[in-house]
Amino acid sequence: MTATAPLSLHVPEPAVRPGGTPNFGEIEIPQAGTVRRPDVDVAAADIRDLAYTIIRVMDGEDRAVGPWAGTLTDEECLAGLRDMMKLRAFDGRMLMAQRQGKTSFYMQHLGEEAVSTAFRRALEPGDMNFPTYRQAGLLIAGGYPMVDMMSQIYSNENDPLLGRQLPVMYASKEYGFFSISGNLATQYIQAVGWAMASAIRNDTRIAAGWIGDGSTAESDFHAALVFASTYRAPVVLNIVNNQWAISTFQGIARGGSSTFAARGHGFGIPALRVDGNDYLAVHAVAKWAVERARRNLGPTLVEYVTYRAGAHSTSDDPSAYRPKTEFDAWPLGDPITRLKGYLIGRGAWSEERHKQGEAEILDEVVTAQREAESHGTLHAGGKPSPRDMFEGVFAEMPPHLRRQRQQAGY
Amino acid sequence: MTRRTMIEAIRDAMAVMMERDEDVVVFGEDVGYFGGVFRCTQGLQARFGASRCFDAPISELGIVGAAIGMASYGLRPCVEVQFADYMYPAYDQIVSEAARLRYRSNGEFTAPIVVRMPTGGGIFGGQTHSQSPEALFTHVSGLKTVVPSNPYDAKGLLIAAIEDPDPVIFLEPKRLYNGPFDGHHDRPVTPWAKHEGGEVPDGHYTVPLGKAAIRREGSAVTVLAYGTIVHVAEAAAAETGIDAEIIDLRTLLPLDMETIEASVRKTGRCVIAHEATLTSGFGAELAALVQEACFYHLETPIVRVAGWDTPYPHAQEWAYFPGPERVGRALRAAMEG
Ligand SMILES: Cc1ncc(C[n+]2csc(CCOP(=O)(O)OP(=O)(O)O)c2C)c(N)n1
Ligand SMILES: [Mg+2]
Repeated sequence: MTATAPLSLHVPEPAVRPGGTPNFGEIEIPQAGTVRRPDVDVAAADIRDLAYTIIRVMDGEDRAVGPWAGTLTDEECLAGLRDMMKLRAFDGRMLMAQRQGKTSFYMQHLGEEAVSTAFRRALEPGDMNFPTYRQAGLLIAGGYPMVDMMSQIYSNENDPLLGRQLPVMYASKEYGFFSISGNLATQYIQAVGWAMASAIRNDTRIAAGWIGDGSTAESDFHAALVFASTYRAPVVLNIVNNQWAISTFQGIARGGSSTFAARGHGFGIPALRVDGNDYLAVHAVAKWAVERARRNLGPTLVEYVTYRAGAHSTSDDPSAYRPKTEFDAWPLGDPITRLKGYLIGRGAWSEERHKQGEAEILDEVVTAQREAESHGTLHAGGKPSPRDMFEGVFAEMPPHLRRQRQQAGY
Repeated sequence: MTRRTMIEAIRDAMAVMMERDEDVVVFGEDVGYFGGVFRCTQGLQARFGASRCFDAPISELGIVGAAIGMASYGLRPCVEVQFADYMYPAYDQIVSEAARLRYRSNGEFTAPIVVRMPTGGGIFGGQTHSQSPEALFTHVSGLKTVVPSNPYDAKGLLIAAIEDPDPVIFLEPKRLYNGPFDGHHDRPVTPWAKHEGGEVPDGHYTVPLGKAAIRREGSAVTVLAYGTIVHVAEAAAAETGIDAEIIDLRTLLPLDMETIEASVRKTGRCVIAHEATLTSGFGAELAALVQEACFYHLETPIVRVAGWDTPYPHAQEWAYFPGPERVGRALRAAMEG
């Protein structure tokens, strides 16, 4: 017998729970501008340190500093600010619509608006995203019509998906937005497959996979990394670490590793960690990773450090598992406030213009909402026909389904 | 005796078993501190400690695989898959491992696990929060499959499942969590407090696996149902005035053929109803068994009524769901032949 104490199970716990004082002391945040920017053809082994730091561009004085700064003009930053404001306004209206019973369900992006909107602006037409439910910014920044997004949320007669899908599970090939399944992580490996196809066909298009911190625990994530690594697929593999997976803190998925980005190391995939609430940093890192993919240098794993400021979904109440004031203590701030401050500092924007911009955007969103609602909402007005329910299971409807459709009376 | 919702009954079953048997452990996504997205494990971590009730990483394969490992050590894991729609990553562990471990090792190793999962639709959950995959389990040799239809049964069956020496798939019709649902989605929800099935004894009791219950005695036609559709069938019988005998199967495998056979021999007619898609659904197995056992007693062909063979749609939920109207039509068809 060895003389050791009996074993005991280790179950990670977050630093604080409701009633406690929010504390993000564990997250080490380097000064903006201090992390180097390697060449895109760097070897994974030479940038292992970049998986343990946080690339940041905007400093505390609203300036863009360091080697990752300078990928965007003021005009482009203003467009980015508008994208984020639009996404936030869109979320606000749709949350309210859900509360009013106009739809069954909604998922918002509060606090995470920079990630998908800035990433979208680093892509080229034809590139394909395999998003999760929390990347509607890809559509907003890509110019997809809000009326169609809302119609999908309302499952109305104008819904491009004919009422079949849960709200926010959009799909649009034209806008580089793969159909969201709802089953977590399944699409990460599909992004790799799409990218491999582009390589097989000697195309120039690249793919982006998206996953949340919690979902990296699924085997699909690991399958994606091994395929991306083996075939050097032209894909950007994004991990949105918003600290929470419903009620489960990120430590449960991350385990003993100190970061999610470090997961790339065992696969020899260059891995970066970036301030997800810094629009300029997200864009710069996305551009770097996209360029690597486009130049056939292979995959990049990017972890965006951000915070899910709102509830997981309209079915969730986070006050049951985390302090209500946690977002106030979040050290990386709010992405809109930060980009706004930067642009004001540059003299390209002002408080008054911001207020005016907010009003204009709200107006645009409300106008879109009015139009979408003229096509119906989940329980009122125009709806897709139950006939549509039987279409699209197969390219051609087999006899048994035709029979069932008749039985159903459609 | 306490009035309980199905959620409270399920929670109580786990609490009773964790209290009695320290080998019982509970884990799954969000089940620890928070107590599960449907709150079925609320309070268990505070009461029994984090090494007996804890959050799992989002890996259904991991949850079931780890449960099998624990069971082979000697524990009695009762794990949660957040929605039955998310069990597919765990399917290999369930089918190739849990179901066959006893057989392939000749009893050297066994997997007495319970895998709980909310099933069925009726909550506008779309295709990823509505599925009824029971036939994917009953098709596998070595698994027991249970679907309760009320809080009393849910508690008794779950205790029996945890005590069972073999792997049990425990499907919880989520539309029944807070009240009996008869398919009339436009009417106010009846709470379990107003239903006799909501009378749940305190402490330990079991409802044996493999025993059906007759919910309504009748002489005109036998209805075979389970889960939510039991209540739908009751509504359909009341609304059509057809004197149906409604059998709540409770356990799909092992199946209580004795009760089924006695009833069909008596009524001479049989309707089989489930929410899962029709083709290769559990109803197909039931139809085959009934005709084998009762062919000469059948006066009309067996009628099946089920979910359409499409993914579960969001907006068209009530056109998809086999509600009282559709089950009523099936009853009439069985009467008319
Ligand atoms: C395979 C699968 N398992 C479980 C779920 C239920 N579920 C939906 S979202 C979620 C949490 C995901 O967290 P994370 O990956 O961190 O993404 P976030 O919601 O934070 O953006 C869970 C467990 C699911 N949709 N699919
Ligand atoms: Mg998350």
